[in-house]
Amino acid sequence: MANVIDDATIDYVGILAKLELSGEEREQAKKDMAGMLDYIDKLGELDTTGVEPMSHVFPVQNVFREDVVTNGDARDEILANAPAEKDGMFVAPQTFEG
Amino acid sequence: MVNRDILDYTAVELSEKIKKGEFRVTDAVEAVFGQIAGTEEELHCYVTLEKDRALARAAGVQEQIDAGALTGPLAGVPFAVKDNLCTRGMRTTCSSKMLENFVPAYSAEAVLKLEEAGAVIIGKTNMDEFAMGSTTETSYFGVTRNPRNTAHVPGGSSGGSAAAVAARECFAALGSDTGGSIRQPASYCGVVGMKPTYGTVSRYGLVAYGSSLDQIGPLTKDVRDCAVILETIASHDEKDSTSMRRTDTDFSSALKEDVKGLRIGIPKDYLGRGLDPEVKSAVLAAAEVFREKGAVVEEFDLSLAEYAIPAYYTIAAAEASSNLERFDGIKYGYRAPETDELHLLYKRTRSQGFGPEVKRRIMLGSFVLSSGYYDAYYLKALRVKALIKKAFDQAFAKYDVILGPVAPTTAPKLGESLSDPLKMYLGDIYTISVNLAGLPGISIPCGEDAGGLPVGLQLIGDCFREKTLIQAAYTYEQEVK
Repeated sequence: MANVIDDATIDYVGILAKLELSGEEREQAKKDMAGMLDYIDKLGELDTTGVEPMSHVFPVQNVFREDVVTNGDARDEILANAPAEKDGMFVAPQTFEG
Repeated sequence: MVNRDILDYTAVELSEKIKKGEFRVTDAVEAVFGQIAGTEEELHCYVTLEKDRALARAAGVQEQIDAGALTGPLAGVPFAVKDNLCTRGMRTTCSSKMLENFVPAYSAEAVLKLEEAGAVIIGKTNMDEFAMGSTTETSYFGVTRNPRNTAHVPGGSSGGSAAAVAARECFAALGSDTGGSIRQPASYCGVVGMKPTYGTVSRYGLVAYGSSLDQIGPLTKDVRDCAVILETIASHDEKDSTSMRRTDTDFSSALKEDVKGLRIGIPKDYLGRGLDPEVKSAVLAAAEVFREKGAVVEEFDLSLAEYAIPAYYTIAAAEASSNLERFDGIKYGYRAPETDELHLLYKRTRSQGFGPEVKRRIMLGSFVLSSGYYDAYYLKALRVKALIKKAFDQAFAKYDVILGPVAPTTAPKLGESLSDPLKMYLGDIYTISVNLAGLPGISIPCGEDAGGLPVGLQLIGDCFREKTLIQAAYTYEQEVK
């Protein structure tokens, strides 16, 4: 039942997780993930037929509120945390030719 | 009678003395920083300390106390706050390189509640990076040491908060608990720590790890402080759609010495393989104290304990992979240098900004949520969670309180845990199901091992039964003190 994480899988996970792993990190990640999945496979011992997945312990659903702005203008405080900022906007790498 | 050092008082006692005019708020802040000057270099409980700001705030609080505007039980008390709770204008790092220079534009609701009550926040405590870890060793800013024995870890992920309370570097602290992160460090450091029922304290402003599991709670010197702080921070908050409307949050009303007829169950699975014999005997001795005080104590089969860890790590990793998507180097936090292409920027920022444990959990979470594996892993874990909740429901039909250890051992030595993540995860076995089932749990000191390291007793209640736990914990504390 031992899981083996191959290169294609770890590449796919890297795309999903938006992570770029170095050679050594990558080998370690393959080993770690396989080990964890072996362990998680223990859940397969339990028969969960007919058991509804429980995402929330209390029956709280669709909590609505009026769409009213209550926070003030904190633009400068927020922009102060930006890695790069220009004219009151976040600066990001160019994504299309202009 | 010898005069007590100001640092000997609990948070509630200190506030009483301040309101009576026996101390000034600045005396308390100065005393705490005096203590910090002596011990912090070795212990490293804090990531950020703000003495000038604390003293300015202390003066303002003193004025309000003098004017009779602040009369509550926490007025004037110096507090530490775990560094994953946003504090407006005070750096909030989650002990990660990713947020090394992040200064929030707003405060967490729990922090605001404390401040409204007149607390003085003196700094932000060290933690496992993004609360992922059980020893505070995954912090980007270095380890925290256990004040009871500095060769050992303080536990985690709220290790800095627990250590700061134990070392008297604050009078009380806030932590967060996703799988035991308040209760386990409280146990390792010999202080009181409580995770309330899910939804009791607003998570607004808590940097999310596993949103369906995270709760904020107090780490304190005694049970009274714990009850008072919890009732101060508990609130229904529109900004957290999972926060509950509760009318029974007057937790200090449960500070009564009485456990007569209380039905206490000890899960046999919590006393079995892997439990250190010294921890076991301390926990069973505590159970005996409850029996002598009139509680009905018996062992029972809770079952499923061994399935809680794999279910938890699946769910927590899945939620973490989603919650931590926001760290992309655009709006705040670390940005990888010299990268012109957007996707490369995301990848490099995250690869350089996150530590190994965080990456491990994000990758696992991305995998269990990916198409093809979602049903087999993620939904399976949610089904097991439902079974675990049902097992607790059945237990609470028979018992008022479940009693057991907090952790299988006392605090491990520094450097022993991270080499084998799976082994570290196994240390969460007694705390983790409480988060899965949304239950309240409290950790209180119940003795020491031969090496002088504290042992923690865990009491678990049914949802919304914090008062039962507080009354039981208070009764025990009064009996053994």
